[in-house]
Amino acid sequence: MGTNKISGAEAVIRCLLEEGVDLVYGYPGGAIMPVYDELYKFKDQLHHVLVRHEQGATHAAQGFARATGKVGVAIATSGPGATNLVTGIADAQIDSTPMVCITGQVGKHLLGSDAFQETDIIGISTPVTKWNYQITEASEIPEIMAKAFFIAKSGRPGPVLIDITKNAQFDKIEFSYKKCTSIRSYNPKPTLNLEKIKEAAKLINTAKKPFIIFGQGVILSEAEAELKALVEKSGIPAAWTILGLSAIPTDHPLNVGMVGMHGNYGPNVLTNECDVLIALGMRFDDRVTGNLATYAKQAKVIHLEIDPSEIDKNVKTTVAVLADLKESLTALLPFIESNTHESWHNEFKAKYEIELEAVINDELKPKKEGISMGETIEMINKHSKGDAIMVSDVGQHQMFACRYAKFNSTKSNVTSGGLGTMGFALPAAIGAKMGMPEREVVAIIGDGGFQMTIQELGTIFQTKVPVKIVVLNNEFLGMVRQWQQLFFDKRYASTEMINPNFIAIAEGYYIKAKKVTKREDLDAAVAEMMASKESYFLEVMVEKENNVFPMIPTGASVSDIRLC
Amino acid sequence: MENKTFTISVYSENNVGLLNRISGIFLKRHINILSLNVSESEIENVSRFIIVVDTTEKWVHNIVGQIEKQIEVIKAFYHIDEETIFLENALFKIESTLLFDEKQIQNIIKESHSQIVTVARDFFVISKSGQRAEIESLYEKLKPFGIMQFVRSGRISVSKAKMEISTLLEELKQEAV
Repeated sequence: MGTNKISGAEAVIRCLLEEGVDLVYGYPGGAIMPVYDELYKFKDQLHHVLVRHEQGATHAAQGFARATGKVGVAIATSGPGATNLVTGIADAQIDSTPMVCITGQVGKHLLGSDAFQETDIIGISTPVTKWNYQITEASEIPEIMAKAFFIAKSGRPGPVLIDITKNAQFDKIEFSYKKCTSIRSYNPKPTLNLEKIKEAAKLINTAKKPFIIFGQGVILSEAEAELKALVEKSGIPAAWTILGLSAIPTDHPLNVGMVGMHGNYGPNVLTNECDVLIALGMRFDDRVTGNLATYAKQAKVIHLEIDPSEIDKNVKTTVAVLADLKESLTALLPFIESNTHESWHNEFKAKYEIELEAVINDELKPKKEGISMGETIEMINKHSKGDAIMVSDVGQHQMFACRYAKFNSTKSNVTSGGLGTMGFALPAAIGAKMGMPEREVVAIIGDGGFQMTIQELGTIFQTKVPVKIVVLNNEFLGMVRQWQQLFFDKRYASTEMINPNFIAIAEGYYIKAKKVTKREDLDAAVAEMMASKESYFLEVMVEKENNVFPMIPTGASVSDIRLC
Repeated sequence: MENKTFTISVYSENNVGLLNRISGIFLKRHINILSLNVSESEIENVSRFIIVVDTTEKWVHNIVGQIEKQIEVIKAFYHIDEETIFLENALFKIESTLLFDEKQIQNIIKESHSQIVTVARDFFVISKSGQRAEIESLYEKLKPFGIMQFVRSGRISVSKAKMEISTLLEELKQEAV
């Protein structure tokens, strides 16, 4: 008897194909084997990348999503496979990254019985997912998968986890797929209120010292052109948050740098001198605001944001415009009067001169013998010409990368912002490169973070993905060491690292590798790395005890940013 | 900002796991839930949570925002006591002989407007609806005679003002038809 029935596992694959997925990251195991069996059959249409640890699958999916704007997909088995996803899911949640994770689960009849590799991944992942769901019947698969992709991508994006019991993977269903376009309890696109736009425009047009801070919302809603148009028409100085970086080219004349703990001097100090603060697709994270009690108290605050729960969460707004940023910026632009705000810009320039003298020159043209992290980033700029995607890990090198990297185009800065996940960069770079194969992808990693997901060198070797890996080695957990130096009387508790021979390790994975210890070799080494058609590992031995400045110490005001 | 008692009402889909998702938002902020009641609402398949917490208005605003953001939550509100009609239910299980030996108990039941819901050979059960203070007062009065079991429900409440949910729920009702 001929039927059109297919297994739940095949249905999962067909759902992925319906959603336009052609690349997934994962690691097989008992409870997800029926899905892997179908991946084998569908390997011509759906490419599966075998990572070396499930955490790597999530970060690779994140890197893919951040570089492409599409939904990243990670697959793992039940129990430890599922729990290993949690760090990446939490990272995607706090950085609003669209991702769908699929986990296997023990059979429905075994649920709750402490079966082999059973873990309550729904319970564990609930606080760190935008949505999660346990499928226990094959018939649920098409509808739930459609919902998963809709939820992950729409509104403020985020991670979704779908847990599928083994019986649901084996059971047969008649397959039909319908994309999800609405859910009655979920409103991803708030309706724009034109009155609010007019109120915002009035405040902006009458402001003497308006200041824009833009976040990742610009990139997520693909409002880069609208932001640029607003900035150029209004003449308002614009600063980025760490995740807003690259939304407009870094060398744009109205771009005044980065806000936040290790951001630029001018935008931080002048936050407390502006009269109208215009926050675009950002969430006033504590690393941006410092002490809230002394943050922009003099300013009227306009907040353009898609997520209602962010309005007035940290900073009280004068005008809140709740909408998708592309829509609200498009509506706002015609009401904005042309201006240049020349003398206000001069204040930013004056502050930049101070920072240049006190910090930047020493970092980019150091007089010390040792190589600085900043000059290494500058060297990469020289050879990438600002066209590379930079994937940074977490720590001092990340701050140097985000302060000094040059970007010509959007979606070029991939880093773990909100969660601060060491070990993010190596697997995320794999995902970014696979998502954007025509672009150069450079991972910037510290010697600490590199060893947290170092096993993904195996994924690079097996897939031959040509990512460039730069480890800035100061033989310390540098950021923690900096805090120990500044706030704990130099008691360097467990921050010094006795490292292995990284070159031998890279070569063990048959990856071309080079180590630079002297400044005069840096230029040629970076040039060789960037010219390489294959993956390339570059270890740069940097000054051991350099610090990242400027710095707003925890709990201090943005006005009290330290230059040394 | 001073702490106050807030009643949070949540209208949501009736799905497995949502209670965990909502309670997690309180856990994340280290807030103890004073009382929690979940039941069907006036709309079929729509659940209503009534959660009572002691916190600041700023936090309750943020919490309600984060609850409402959950995919399966339809709408969430918060109110102070003055804005709602609220009560709790309590059951007292007491030894039957006391009903006859201690005549005072019958007066207490009458005066407190509570009801005897069942009388068995060994015990009888009193039910009392009202505000927390009334239930506590009844508890104090009965305590000297010996209470075999006592249980109090979470708060249930309705708002005095019309909630904007009404129109939204009307629409959902129409859809369901």
